[in-house]
Amino acid sequence: MLLIHCPYCDESLPEMEFAYAGEAHIARPVDPNAVSDDEWRDHLFVRSNVRGPHYERWRHVHGCARFFNAVRDTVSDRVLGTYAAGAPRPSLADLGVEE
Amino acid sequence: MSRYRIAGKGRVDSGQPIQFSFDGRTYDGLRGDTLASALLSHGLHLMGRSFKYHRPRGPVSAGSEEPNALVGTTRGPGRFEPNTRATMQELRHGLVAESQNRWPHLKFDAGAVNDALSPLFSAGFYYKTFMWPRNFWDKVYEPVIRAAAGLGRAPVAEDPDTYAARYAHTGVLVIGAGPAGIAAALTAARAGSDVTLADEGPEIGGSLLSDPGISIDGQGAWDWLAARREELDDLGVTILTRTTAIGYYHQNFLGLVEKLTDHLDEAPEGAPRERMWRIRAGHVVLSQGALEKPLIFDGNDRPGVMLAGAAQTYLNRYGVAVGERPVVVTSHDSAWYAAFDLADAGVQVPVIVDTRDEVRDDLRREARLRAIEVLTGQTVTGTAGRLRVASLTVNPVAGGTVGEARTFRCDCLLMSGGWTPSLHLFSHTKASLSWDDEAKAFLPDKSIEALEIAGASRGLWGYGAALTDGAAAGRAAAEALGQAAETTSWDVSGDRTGTGLSHGQLPTDRAPSRVRAFVDYQNDVTAKDIRLAVKEGMRSIEHVKRYTTTGMATDQGKLSNINALMIAAEALGTTPPRVGLTTFRPPYTPTTFGAFAGYHRGAAFEVTRKTPIDGWAEAHGAVWEPVGQWRRARYFPQGDEDMEAAVARECRAVRAGVGAFDASTLGKIDVTGPDAAEFMNRMYTNAWTKLAPGRARYGLLLGEDGYVRDDGVVGRIGPDRFHVTTTTGGAARVLNMMEDYLQTEWPDLDVWLTSTTEQWAVVALNGPEARRVLESLVAGLDISADAFPMMSVADCTVAGFPARLFRLSFTGELGFEINVPARHGRALWEAVMESGKAHGITPYGTEAMHVLRAEKGFIIVGQDTDGTVTPEDLGLGWTIGKTKSDFVGKRSLARPDLVARGRKQFVGLLTADGATRLEEGAQIVDDPDQPLPMRMIGHVTSSYHSAALGRSIALAVVENGRDRMGETVHVPMPGGSVAATIAPGVFYDPDGGRAKL
Repeated sequence: MLLIHCPYCDESLPEMEFAYAGEAHIARPVDPNAVSDDEWRDHLFVRSNVRGPHYERWRHVHGCARFFNAVRDTVSDRVLGTYAAGAPRPSLADLGVEE
Repeated sequence: MSRYRIAGKGRVDSGQPIQFSFDGRTYDGLRGDTLASALLSHGLHLMGRSFKYHRPRGPVSAGSEEPNALVGTTRGPGRFEPNTRATMQELRHGLVAESQNRWPHLKFDAGAVNDALSPLFSAGFYYKTFMWPRNFWDKVYEPVIRAAAGLGRAPVAEDPDTYAARYAHTGVLVIGAGPAGIAAALTAARAGSDVTLADEGPEIGGSLLSDPGISIDGQGAWDWLAARREELDDLGVTILTRTTAIGYYHQNFLGLVEKLTDHLDEAPEGAPRERMWRIRAGHVVLSQGALEKPLIFDGNDRPGVMLAGAAQTYLNRYGVAVGERPVVVTSHDSAWYAAFDLADAGVQVPVIVDTRDEVRDDLRREARLRAIEVLTGQTVTGTAGRLRVASLTVNPVAGGTVGEARTFRCDCLLMSGGWTPSLHLFSHTKASLSWDDEAKAFLPDKSIEALEIAGASRGLWGYGAALTDGAAAGRAAAEALGQAAETTSWDVSGDRTGTGLSHGQLPTDRAPSRVRAFVDYQNDVTAKDIRLAVKEGMRSIEHVKRYTTTGMATDQGKLSNINALMIAAEALGTTPPRVGLTTFRPPYTPTTFGAFAGYHRGAAFEVTRKTPIDGWAEAHGAVWEPVGQWRRARYFPQGDEDMEAAVARECRAVRAGVGAFDASTLGKIDVTGPDAAEFMNRMYTNAWTKLAPGRARYGLLLGEDGYVRDDGVVGRIGPDRFHVTTTTGGAARVLNMMEDYLQTEWPDLDVWLTSTTEQWAVVALNGPEARRVLESLVAGLDISADAFPMMSVADCTVAGFPARLFRLSFTGELGFEINVPARHGRALWEAVMESGKAHGITPYGTEAMHVLRAEKGFIIVGQDTDGTVTPEDLGLGWTIGKTKSDFVGKRSLARPDLVARGRKQFVGLLTADGATRLEEGAQIVDDPDQPLPMRMIGHVTSSYHSAALGRSIALAVVENGRDRMGETVHVPMPGGSVAATIAPGVFYDPDGGRAKL
């Protein structure tokens, strides 16, 4: 069971308290009517599916109930760092991870 | 004393005899025995039959890796366990054990015909033997295989035992309490670490329990163990015996199963049988030791053939000689010590056969002292004996040529093909392994977890090395936790170091096709099977494994994996690491379902949510239906009514008079804040801005992909407050979706979302008499048709309770939904029933509710929709706020596929005769006589008998359905195709006048 650090509660807690919520940093277009069918398709369905550090969303659903972002290595399944929703996408160096 | 028991040997208590039975015969053993050692003390090796060929088998090991000696054990009524490893089952008074995979009995077994027919059952036989004729598969092959298959027999009664579970945290968790594990635990505990030490055996010591002859710091091995146990206890180390670490998960989270009562003569009343520990450790030390490998030669599976280390354990730990005339065959020094110990105990060991050309001089000298003949540079070409090995044939090998045979009479054969480090838990961490070509073994490489691996489990040999390495691991673990630790050193005398050579199959002079050399005992896989798999094109060990089933038995190939790999690599002409190693997966050893389930059984298996009115429904004979986690009253049968009769009566009552329904399970979300209307506009398809406080509206929620996710009536309580209802099953999902958008897409909106599902109890009152029932209960509100029209909402008092009253209808009749604080739900319900008595009020359940809404063509999300249905498909285009520039899902409604013609549309279906009821989920076609596979144009989503219409009705989605009113479609069923006419989805009161009364 993963230990995940909730950036709001500032505690590392068991995975059971959290729910995964898909890839992070995929903003809904401000005006969806202005985007093409292909762009909208990509927004809805196309994900990066990376091998390695993956920027993703979690919700501390059985805790503070807030959404936040995490960087998880999909090979080791280790959470490398977490940060508040809306915060800019950190680099791995920002998270103190050696590449 | 039993014939093979050796006085003065072992840790068994000769003062405590224990009676037990095996296959109906009573035997005696001693306290401290395992079932295997007790049977061996009577000279009994034959303990079971193999899975596929039903060959006679005896124990090959003395530990948890045992593939052969699997028995059924009984601990009283309902307490039968198949596949108990006789080598692990501690003897207790009254133990009842039976052998498996045999009929009519162990010594004569009809299934052994499989052995004679073995050419039929070669690798991949499943895919080859039963191919023809094709129709034989269903009727002949599969039933016969199913009847013959299976390992032991499954218990049929419900498990009467209880199982416990516990979470724990520890500084250092040491897995395996052999010399390395004890050294690690001591070193870390002396440094002040909080240490937990776990071992699958009943006492700590590991291999030291089988080697009393060595001494440590001048103490005999067993005295040293007793002293260390005391010291560990004094240091506060938590020692878990009979506890198997079954899995190593993320971030040093391990699952361990502790056996609590299976070894006791009498289990205390109510005591749990096993306990699942879930331990999060700061640092882990793996010291699981190594497993001895069998040698691969013809007839290496006869009862009496066992690992040399096992024989040494039976002798030294249990005081049992495994035979009177053991011969030893080995490629490793360790087996020599087993031979010496047996000889020293008075057992005649005629010969040690070593496959190696060169053997240490001191070993030769020790053998000569004991008058044991030594043969080196040998191979084994066969054994003989039906239910027990009786002789061994060996041949010298020189320059690759097998020389002349010599046969030795024997009653057991002790073999050693070297040792495999136990890397199962290490591998669970997705750690990498590296192949050591000299040791012919995989050794631990890198893991991302905070762990150490010590002793024989990383390929070290000898007690001195294990102690030193364990102490280093314990120190590293303590230091990783920030504690200063000192290295301990121990002086070992009489250490038994050793090296060896590894083989695949031993060379033979016999025709390869006639050699039955077993690699995987439990799944009856031979060396020939593995070569056949390679010959037939398998290249990766993963493919060889699946084709032959080697390593796929419940022992997960603990004895066989490396041998299988060596043989596959030889056959492929490559090196073992290029063929690969199969993945180790939890659990390490077979684990009971009870241990996994723990407390989560019966009523505690899953939450059952009950409404405040549940007790009334129970008292009035409700038949229940699970809806999500809720239990809801499905119908209220009277007398001997069946469901159909009860539902028809309930439906008639609502249409003609009045019915009451517990709608408390509906999801409810309070949406409050200055931006509440804007938020609702963005979430739901509907326009909310102009909805006045006191008015309600049917709301439709889409996913961003444009498909319907949920629906429900939404009441506007004030300018800044909405009372949103959702489907019963969708409540949590909808709130999550709302929170997601609010928190991450529109954090600027000033809105609060609160789940109020469980705060409100809801009574729905439906039928032409509904107002009359309600009138006398309402205070502070005029509920006349003009003052409180359809789709109104108001706060008032009902039956003296503060209430939020909706006027809406999910039945098509005049309807109200009374919300009161949950604590008043039961009293409100009873007040409504009392008030309704004069009007013949009838309680109705979810089934009548479903029928009534289907008569009106109202959808149920999740039944009439399946996640690919748009508002337009449902004929609900009117819910879309045309002037809104955006809402969740709007952009998708313009996607090419969603505007294309030919989409499945929601319609009604009427069967020709009116009596036939279509089956929900049935597929719809245009032409029932078309060739298979037919083109399916839709499916039935809802289907009922309608009391109001006196006929069956159905709802369906059909391609272009709305343009095909009156046309006939067909529903192919097993009994023949059913014709049905496409009709409008509203069957009853199409103008909707009845709801507006």
